[in-house]
Amino acid sequence: MNLSEVVNLSSFIDWTAASWLSHAISTSTWAFAVIESIHLLALSVIGGSVLIVDLRLLGYGIRTQTLAEVARDAQRWFFGSWTVMIITGVLLFISEPQKLYYSTPFAVKMLCLLLATIFALTVRRQVTLAGEGRVSPIWMKLVALVSLALWFGVGAGGRWVGFSG
Amino acid sequence: MSLLPFCQWLADTPGSIALHESLYMYPLVESAHVLTLCLFLGMAIMFDLRLLGITLTRVPITEVKRRLGPWMAAGFVVMVITGVLLFYAIPVRSYQSLWFRMKVVALILAGLNAFVFHSGIDRRVAEWDLAPTPPRAARMAGATSLVLWAIIVVAGRMIAYNWFDCDKQPQPRVVNALAGCVVPSVGARR
Repeated sequence: MNLSEVVNLSSFIDWTAASWLSHAISTSTWAFAVIESIHLLALSVIGGSVLIVDLRLLGYGIRTQTLAEVARDAQRWFFGSWTVMIITGVLLFISEPQKLYYSTPFAVKMLCLLLATIFALTVRRQVTLAGEGRVSPIWMKLVALVSLALWFGVGAGGRWVGFSG
Repeated sequence: MSLLPFCQWLADTPGSIALHESLYMYPLVESAHVLTLCLFLGMAIMFDLRLLGITLTRVPITEVKRRLGPWMAAGFVVMVITGVLLFYAIPVRSYQSLWFRMKVVALILAGLNAFVFHSGIDRRVAEWDLAPTPPRAARMAGATSLVLWAIIVVAGRMIAYNWFDCDKQPQPRVVNALAGCVVPSVGARR
């Protein structure tokens, strides 16, 4: 499975590959490495902001605060790092659109990213902000595990893009 | 003292060759090293941001440390094990990598920073445990940690690029000196 089999974007992909920005990033010695480094730094922050809430849902996190308070604290770091991830990610995509269009790990990553983001903004958000006792512990644990699995898919897919083709 | 002979010996051991040439093992170890960033550094960043007084401000410092500390420690152990394996797979090139050396120096400084924090202001944590904005020394430790770990991540990523590799001559003299490249002197080359 890859993106080209799901949706026909070939003219968009060709247009992106021919753009000056794509050319500028892919022919520069430093650009790709620098953008990728920022992508990695934001990965650390998004990892921390996701884990701090999911660990709390699993019962291993900070206990002196309510779940909603921990979630609200983590939220701005999550949105901030998510935005940096998307901006740097788009730039990385622009630099090699044709490779990614036909890459299986990239398709897996995009699917997980879509699902993880929707899940974070809907179910997980409702559960974390609902307040203690409103949701049974087993459901909270399930939400945390789904969230961790989806974000792991994003990270692992992303790392695997670099190993293939 | 040069560790180059040791690294050359290490590179010739069967384990190093096997890991270096493996189809899946090396990528798996590298992936584990990168993804554990989320666990180790993610938790460390949250703790450092708490020290700076910009997140979890109503959570006592000791609570943040007690709950996040074990995860940070577990992540650190995975980081060290996978990191040692990555070095073991490619010892000579890593040893002579400017980025790797920069990373090691920053790691030592990060360790020193943590030591200074724990043996200093952290001993009196009871006095500022609940303070939304911790004392200056604690904020300095948090900021220093963030900067050093950012350098460690970026330098670590750059090891993959060969811009300053010893086998890519000519390099500026300062690069050769810092990376420990063994190159014939200019006079000898003529």
